[in-house]
Amino acid sequence: MSPDITPTSTASATVRSAGAVMPARHYLNEQGGWASWLLTTDHKRIALLYLFSITAFFFLGGFFALLVRLELLTPGGDLMTSDVYNRAFTMHGVIMVFFFLVPSIPATLGNFLVPLMVGAKDLAFPKINLLSWYLYVIGGAFAIAAMIGGGVDTGWTFYTPYSSMASNSKVLTGAIGVFVSGFSSILTGLNFIVTIHRMRAPGLTWFRLPLFIWAHYATSLIMILGTPVVAITILLLAFERVLRVGIFDPTIGGDPVLFQHLFWFYSHPAVYIMVLPGMGVISELVAGFARKNIFGYSFVAFSSLAIAILGFLVWGHHLFVAGETPYSALVFSIISYMVAVPSAIKVFNWTATFYKGSISYETPMLYAFGFVGLFLVGGLTGLFVAAIGVDIHVHDTYFVVAHFHYIMVGGTLMAYLGGLHFWWPKITGRLYPEGWAKLSALIVFVGFNLTFFPQFILGYLGMPRRYHAYPDEFQVLNVMSTAGASILALGYLLPMVYFTWSWKKGKIAGDNPFRAKGLEWETTSPPPTFNFDRPPVVTEATHSYAHQEARVV
Amino acid sequence: MSDGAIAHAGGDPAPHAAAHPRLAHHFDTLGQQKDAASLGMWVFIAQEIMFFGGMFTAYLVYRMWYPAGYAAASNELDLVLGGINTAVLIASSLTVALAVHAAQEGRQKQIVWYLVATLLLGVVFLVIKYFEYESKLHLHPAHHAAANVRLFPMAGWFHVDGELVPVANEMRLFMVLYFALTGMHALHMIVGIAILLVILWMARKGAFTPRWYTPVEIFGLYWHFVDIVWIFLFPLLYLVNRHH
Amino acid sequence: MESARALFPVQASTVAPRVDNLYFFLVAVSAFFAVLVTVLIIVFAVKYRRRHVDEVGAPIHGSLALELVWTGIPFILAMVMFVWGASVYFAIVRPPAETLDIYAVGKQWMWKFQHRGGQREINELHVPIDTPVRIILTSEDVLHDLYLPAFRVKMDAIPGRYTQLWFNATRAGTYHLFCAEYCGTKHSGMHGSVVVMPQNEYQAWLGGGVTEGTLAQQGEKLFTDLVCVTCHSAGSGQRGPELTGVFGSTVELANGERVTADAEYIRESILNPTAKIVAGFPPIMPTFQGQVSEEQLLALTEYIRSLSSSGGTAPAGGAAAPQPATQPDAQPQR
Repeated sequence: MSPDITPTSTASATVRSAGAVMPARHYLNEQGGWASWLLTTDHKRIALLYLFSITAFFFLGGFFALLVRLELLTPGGDLMTSDVYNRAFTMHGVIMVFFFLVPSIPATLGNFLVPLMVGAKDLAFPKINLLSWYLYVIGGAFAIAAMIGGGVDTGWTFYTPYSSMASNSKVLTGAIGVFVSGFSSILTGLNFIVTIHRMRAPGLTWFRLPLFIWAHYATSLIMILGTPVVAITILLLAFERVLRVGIFDPTIGGDPVLFQHLFWFYSHPAVYIMVLPGMGVISELVAGFARKNIFGYSFVAFSSLAIAILGFLVWGHHLFVAGETPYSALVFSIISYMVAVPSAIKVFNWTATFYKGSISYETPMLYAFGFVGLFLVGGLTGLFVAAIGVDIHVHDTYFVVAHFHYIMVGGTLMAYLGGLHFWWPKITGRLYPEGWAKLSALIVFVGFNLTFFPQFILGYLGMPRRYHAYPDEFQVLNVMSTAGASILALGYLLPMVYFTWSWKKGKIAGDNPFRAKGLEWETTSPPPTFNFDRPPVVTEATHSYAHQEARVV
Repeated sequence: MSDGAIAHAGGDPAPHAAAHPRLAHHFDTLGQQKDAASLGMWVFIAQEIMFFGGMFTAYLVYRMWYPAGYAAASNELDLVLGGINTAVLIASSLTVALAVHAAQEGRQKQIVWYLVATLLLGVVFLVIKYFEYESKLHLHPAHHAAANVRLFPMAGWFHVDGELVPVANEMRLFMVLYFALTGMHALHMIVGIAILLVILWMARKGAFTPRWYTPVEIFGLYWHFVDIVWIFLFPLLYLVNRHH
Repeated sequence: MESARALFPVQASTVAPRVDNLYFFLVAVSAFFAVLVTVLIIVFAVKYRRRHVDEVGAPIHGSLALELVWTGIPFILAMVMFVWGASVYFAIVRPPAETLDIYAVGKQWMWKFQHRGGQREINELHVPIDTPVRIILTSEDVLHDLYLPAFRVKMDAIPGRYTQLWFNATRAGTYHLFCAEYCGTKHSGMHGSVVVMPQNEYQAWLGGGVTEGTLAQQGEKLFTDLVCVTCHSAGSGQRGPELTGVFGSTVELANGERVTADAEYIRESILNPTAKIVAGFPPIMPTFQGQVSEEQLLALTEYIRSLSSSGGTAPAGGAAAPQPATQPDAQPQR
């Protein structure tokens, strides 16, 4: 950009901020004022708009989780009425799934990094990118309206006929919110696919791309092909509520289970939308902090595609006890086992990457370690529920709740936090406080396990999910879980505080405080509005550290 | 921190100053921009296919379960109007293809005429659709005094030869999907027409040249897609068991 | 209520040990891999920690052999789990040839059980020990799910359909009975118990209640009250098909289709008669939607089943593999 930019710290200097400078002009201060933010087409600013709104929804969803866990401290339904409780867990699920997990990494880190990582000036369709944020906000507004209007009480899965015929809650408003936010997701995916296909820098072949890009590409395929199905399903549900006649109505020969098939046709791939980007982040963190290319790069890249494809073929494992025929149950079970294999491949490859690496323990690396451990447990417990004989017993119990929270929270959320920490210097030009960050990571890890491990035991004991009150003998485990949740909450609040603090007060980071490889680190922190002074040309794979001093074997 | 791994291409720091006015700042060439727009529209169409696909799935499931009810309800639809609409849409795909061709050749007047023709055909389609819906939604006052007031004929009654006959449950399922499918389709037509108006306005101002006519081309893709959806809808909805 | 053990549920059915054995295998495999990966990561993270600022990792790209090993072994393990899980699944969903049938209707927010001898229960289910029991389920309103954790069985109750679950209780006692499909306000209130009794106590319990006759007899009374007999009896002259022997047989419809007259067929014929017109009969049967409850439908079905000459087949219809059931009387089978 401007010729006034001071050169960055030299390669042999001590790490971090000694001598690090922020460029005089960059995407954050290039333009000021509300309009420049609310009408921006710069992918980096849009990423920050998303960061802000997603964080708000995360804490709202978290608040509902705390309500749920507080009620579950005692066996009786004594803190709130059943109706309020049912709304609390529904709002927790709806907000966390549709307004936090699905957009989290793609819309913040993805939006920020995809153009940078491929060496482009922006995404393919910057205005559509802005539109996607507005759709997210409008969808969110409907969700808030539903909440203010009394909430939705159908569970985030909206099963018919309860949602279409029996619920007295704000199902329509909530459904519209989900519907609109789905299109935000679709447009994000569309933008990523076209950008990755058509805007890679010269020399950046597919197999030189960062694994973050492969992960987001696979995620985008799912967003494009899966989300429309839940959109139309929700729309059909909305029709039924408004017109009071519809295709899920058993009294006219309709099939309420058809809703489940259509719903899970998206919602199962959706969990891969939620976890694949996290896996992409972990690949970057492991490579960056072990200073090595990921072991088995092409296997990890292809495993993302395999997960995306196979993920579309397993929805029926949510319907093992919903009256599905035994033969279709078998098909869904075997494919569910197959989809576990690519995830295993990734875990083994990440582990192998550490062998003869050069590993440092900054906070992002700690989150990566945490991810591998917790995702491992979550993924392994997926093998339990894929076994139909066991799933019959644990379906709709806390076992499943624990399983998916290990993946979503122990997996995706840890990856998100790890990625936020890793790229925070790039996004803001400043460092987060390392000591506090490490402490928070530890608190999160401990709090998480205390919250969710007891739930595996509760589930196998037979405690069903979505239960306002429960038999006395389940109390001890529930109390442990709630205690963990309060610790976990602290672990999430601390980053809020120190990230906000660091925005203005953090140490200046410089271009590449972690000395990682990747096109995003080849430009200033924060980057200029158009990302690169001059378009980069690529000659080797991303995480090639050979030019630095190799480890003596 | 350059260490040789990434070379930076030299060149004009502001290459776009002399570029085509339609070249966006983040693309290097018009060709790249057009490829991106085209791929974007194909990806969008893929998601539209999945969107309609959900409804087609529901349709297929209930058709397998209730063939008689489906046949009865399908036979209530107006085959003539449906047939005319099919022909109208196919013709409009032709006119939009001709518009794209005219844009490729730079024939400004032809672009406008063919786009206008497409627009008119699209409007004709919607008008016919309106009349079809109106006849199906005809509400007989005497029959909705009952406690369960519901708006649509699938709720109670069909007009058949001037008589009101009660609607069987399976016919209701058909009609819900009929309205959902054709309604969604009509909505896509309306959006298409709105976009077409904008493109028509641009064409009138001579915005399209053989070097740049991307909006016409990708609009054409979208319009063809909407046409193809109808080509599936028509036999599935109107032609069930018509050979009797 | 049985004092449940703190960390692991009791095994009270024939299938429970099989489920638990598979579960323990899964726990063992998971623990093995979890420990393996964790230990490796810890060892590598310590052994290969960065020793000086400019150090980088060794340029190792991968190993096809390792990839094949750690793809192949998980795949094989996964297939073992699949086959084992499928085998346990078939044991769970395929009842034996002879079962004691009990009907369950879920509604917001209670379970209504109907024994074939006419006994009714709400939220409590009495069953004999060491007897295959089959529960035929439906719902009056929204989705519910009957879950008996001690037996390791669960099945959704779906409005408009019949589903089934079966078990053979091996341990006397009282166990939890839950609704496990969210169904609204008092979902967690649809909580009851299943009481497993030795044979003699069960017989005593059966005889102890006041009933209106067996379920089939209740159905017969309804058949008369609702005047079904006007069209559906021997002398009615082609107005409606005769029902003796219909249950379980194959019926030819007016459009040429052939269907099995199972419980769902009977139910649909009463509620939505125009859906399937029997060949040779006019479509004049009125609908009884709104006039009969789910329990009454079950009673009518039982009655029609009792008219079947063999008294044998009673498939629940729908997803479950059709299985012949017990003789239509109140005696439990050994």
